[in-house]
Amino acid sequence: MSFIEQLLPWRRMKRMGILGMNKRNGDYISAYNKRALYPLVDDKIQTKHLAESAGVAVPQLYALVEIERQIVALFEKLKSYDDFVVKPAHGSGGEGILVIVGRSQNGYRKNNGQIISEQELAYYISNILSGMYSLGGLPDAALVEQRVKFDPVFAEVSYQGVPDIRTIVFRGIPIMAMIRLPTRQSDGKANLHQGAIGVGIDLRTGKTLSGVWHEQFIDQHPDTGTSIIDLQIPNWQQILYLTVQCSDLVGLGYIGVDIVLDHDHGPLMLEMNARPGLSIQLANRCGLLTRLEKVEAIKDIPDSVAERVSLAKMFEHTENLK
Amino acid sequence: MKNWHVNLLSLALLIFALSLIFYKVSNLGLPLFPSDDIEVWSVEARLAFTAKKGPLKAQLMLPTLLPGYMMIDENYVSGKYGLAITTVENNRVVEWAVRRAKGDQVLYYHLQLAREGAESTKSTSEQQHIIVEAPDIPLYPENIATAITALLEEVRQKSADVKTFTRELLLRFNAKTPDENIQLLLRDVTTRSERVELIRLVLAGARIPSRTVNVLLLREGARHSKLVPWLQVHNEQQWLSFNPENSKSKLPDNVLIWENAGQTIFNVDGGKNSSLDFAISRHTQEPVRLAEQRARRMDSRAMEFSLFSLPIQTQNVYRILLMVPLGALLIVLLRNVVGIKTFGTFMPILIALAFRETELVWGILLFTLLVALGLTIRFYLEYLQLLLVPRLAAVLTVVIILMAGVSVFSHKLGFEQGLSIALFPMVILAMTIERMSLIWEEHGPSEALQQGFGSLVVASLGFLLMSNDTMEHIIFVFPESLLILLAVILLLGRYTGYRLTELWRFRASLSKNAD
Repeated sequence: MSFIEQLLPWRRMKRMGILGMNKRNGDYISAYNKRALYPLVDDKIQTKHLAESAGVAVPQLYALVEIERQIVALFEKLKSYDDFVVKPAHGSGGEGILVIVGRSQNGYRKNNGQIISEQELAYYISNILSGMYSLGGLPDAALVEQRVKFDPVFAEVSYQGVPDIRTIVFRGIPIMAMIRLPTRQSDGKANLHQGAIGVGIDLRTGKTLSGVWHEQFIDQHPDTGTSIIDLQIPNWQQILYLTVQCSDLVGLGYIGVDIVLDHDHGPLMLEMNARPGLSIQLANRCGLLTRLEKVEAIKDIPDSVAERVSLAKMFEHTENLK
Repeated sequence: MKNWHVNLLSLALLIFALSLIFYKVSNLGLPLFPSDDIEVWSVEARLAFTAKKGPLKAQLMLPTLLPGYMMIDENYVSGKYGLAITTVENNRVVEWAVRRAKGDQVLYYHLQLAREGAESTKSTSEQQHIIVEAPDIPLYPENIATAITALLEEVRQKSADVKTFTRELLLRFNAKTPDENIQLLLRDVTTRSERVELIRLVLAGARIPSRTVNVLLLREGARHSKLVPWLQVHNEQQWLSFNPENSKSKLPDNVLIWENAGQTIFNVDGGKNSSLDFAISRHTQEPVRLAEQRARRMDSRAMEFSLFSLPIQTQNVYRILLMVPLGALLIVLLRNVVGIKTFGTFMPILIALAFRETELVWGILLFTLLVALGLTIRFYLEYLQLLLVPRLAAVLTVVIILMAGVSVFSHKLGFEQGLSIALFPMVILAMTIERMSLIWEEHGPSEALQQGFGSLVVASLGFLLMSNDTMEHIIFVFPESLLILLAVILLLGRYTGYRLTELWRFRASLSKNAD
């Protein structure tokens, strides 16, 4: 490394192919994502309907609450379910998601063991409806859906929550993936900003690489102490297929697809994100830019899902951040 | 990529704005930087007379030569009179006319002058090259011819050039006990102008070119000043001025040459008892306003749409409003290039605008106090499980009650600064409190305090930038500089490089790499 690069860290970052926020927004999101298509991913109800009509596997929708009045009827509907997840239709960054894992005498039990009364749950949903978690405080709707019972492979590396697999898909080709593992600090949420761990995945094999927690490289889960390296993600091929299918649904060129592995139903698409974060680069110890440029250079992107999944295998894992 | 488009647009905006600024500075003389106020003299010529019940025509010669002064404005108060301005022998003459007038009449000519250092030397240097023909020796009447010849002979003996000749002559005229010749010459002379005429007559005997100038002494508060005749002689290089009554050879400071050809200053046809006197006052004015007024006199298109044409109150509003884009640029820099997180995009700018009234330290104190009190109450409201909009409305109401409370309390304690709290944008404050409490609950107090502190830092920086006098001057006098800001903002809109905070975010990869 030259002396100049030592002095100018951004030069080194550029050489490593790290994608910055401005470049992501200016050169990729604004160039490849049509604004008119945003509601398809920003509104979880639309995403869900779209996926269901195309036969893509998603967690089952139990109920939809769009107006305050429906909250009373909701509890009737939920009688047959012991566990479920409440989320705002327009929530971003995993905010406003409430996971109910069971019932107790006084109400519902949250994933962190706290008990929440029916009245408190109603207040929570009414807050969602009035737009507490949506951008700009616009009125929102709440979804109540099936709680994913995650595959036991991750039991040792997750703390009270469901890990999910985030894959960045560019022009229909998966270019980078990571698995997000909840921690005690993230309160069972699989969001890196809230303290979850991101672990890079080798696109060819589906094996985990190394992890990042609070922008620092780690090799073990901070709560369980288990190694997070070299875990095999089950059904990796199937996950990649599902990911590519999902990206085709909405027609956005630069997108993050979140997949969960359900114990009973296999891979399910949880949600999609038109502005996927940049931390995936740290989780993979690899910059996105070089891969993006590789895909940009491809003139004709094949139509078939299988071909595109196999194209993703060209991204041999190289730890260029290390 | 639309980069070339943005670059081209920015370049066009930059060129347009810079050339307009250059034109305004170089051609219209608008000052680029704020400077001290300059002295402005306001001269009012009052022409009074009694009309003789018939058609009436009044003429007043206007000053044209104004060495050392620059005319900012002039106007005429003429009532029912018709007004015409004509040029007679290089002098401008205003002519008032009316078909029928009766009784005492007063006409006014009003003139505003500003001192101008640089141009005074220029105008005198131009004068130097005027060639003035020497007068012929006049035929003196027999009774004084001998006296003049003797006097000239005596003075010529004791002088070397035109200047010393004139001074020697004047010394004799102004001596306490004048000799016989002078006494003979001064026999019929009573007024100062007659005296000047006599001296000119004598000087013509030595073939020295001379003229009478009528000057006005600019004295603050003078109410009934008159024009004073002075003597000027030409030494083949320039006109030298002499006071005919005390031989001083230099015009005092603050003097205005009204007329220099010894012509009649004013004339009233169809009136009697006419008199001309002057009222003079002095005040100071901003150089910008001066330049602006002068530019308008030059009928410049560029000044027609100036902000100075607005009423003062509106001007003051725009003085503040035009600073907002500067704050917006700061936000763009801090968010997209540095990567600082703030509550809301432009909230810090609104807080910074409020700081303008409260001053920085008090602004920060009051803002912190309000947000802290508001947060406490917001946490209590959380227990009541209110719906979102009513809760926001409740927070807003509480914020206003707190503002009023702080004002009253600080007034009682004698801190008048506490009163300016009313200028805080309360809706923005209420939203800030709401956002902060959400972040507090979801991401913990440290994140909330960090963002709150970040917003305050950005607001303070914004205040320092937006209250900068030089910036305010440049933007208000040259509103086209906003186009420069726009060009920079557009360019930053296509900045796809790293943010400063991303160096920190990806530090793990950087430090490992250094091994």
